[in-house]
Amino acid sequence: MASSMSAAQADGGAVAVPRAASRTSASSIVLILLCTVVGAAAQILMREGANYLPVAGSEGMVLSLLTNWPLLAGYACLGLNTGLLVLALRNGQLSVLYPIIALTYVWVAMLSPMFFEDSMNAFKVLGIGFIVGGVSLIGFGSRQ
Amino acid sequence: MTTPVSSMILVLIASLVGSLAAVFLKAGADRLHRDIASLKRAGLRLGAGITLFLLSSVLYVWGIKNGSLTVLYPLLALGYVWTLVWSKIFFGEPFNKHKIYGLGIVLVGVTFIAAGNG
Repeated sequence: MASSMSAAQADGGAVAVPRAASRTSASSIVLILLCTVVGAAAQILMREGANYLPVAGSEGMVLSLLTNWPLLAGYACLGLNTGLLVLALRNGQLSVLYPIIALTYVWVAMLSPMFFEDSMNAFKVLGIGFIVGGVSLIGFGSRQ
Repeated sequence: MTTPVSSMILVLIASLVGSLAAVFLKAGADRLHRDIASLKRAGLRLGAGITLFLLSSVLYVWGIKNGSLTVLYPLLALGYVWTLVWSKIFFGEPFNKHKIYGLGIVLVGVTFIAAGNG
């Protein structure tokens, strides 16, 4: 299968036995977890940056956008997020790795009360529990 | 706030486009090795994936202009379901009980967080 071949090549031949297409490597899981943290940072930075958006067409609009560092940092995180996703996808199943991105919702819900006037509530706590549980179940299934 | 059907359709299309973006990124990632020639093969697919992701976010922002995020946020998360189907069709990744139940539980979680934000 093409994907198992590429997994072996991606390791530069260091691993003698090619990984089966059905396996998702631990390094891919670590990369995708990092991807969710960076993705959450992107969302929080962009939300912060949105507070300082200039009026469209106003004088100094471009300068205002180019000096909106939370917004720029947010976009940078979004780019890094995509790069990490691609690296993670090299050695693993899309159907295992992609749903793990839902953890981004968890970090955003947990971090938002620190940065904005958001509060934690029972719905969010339940939501966090369900997402962590569901993602763990998918991850557990991929290690068998 | 009531959510217009047009907003729901826009967000659903956004979720579909986003899931296809993931397919192109995976196809690109599979062709990415430590040599220059592979960059060419991977580049087109990665470019298509990034473009589709951007298109998906534009559609999403357009969709959420009108309507309640409590409804629209979980609709976007349906992208995970489409991705599961594409993974099977395009990459031959098998379904298993863990993936299906796990994804269902994740969707419940996303719905709760959306309700908590509402």
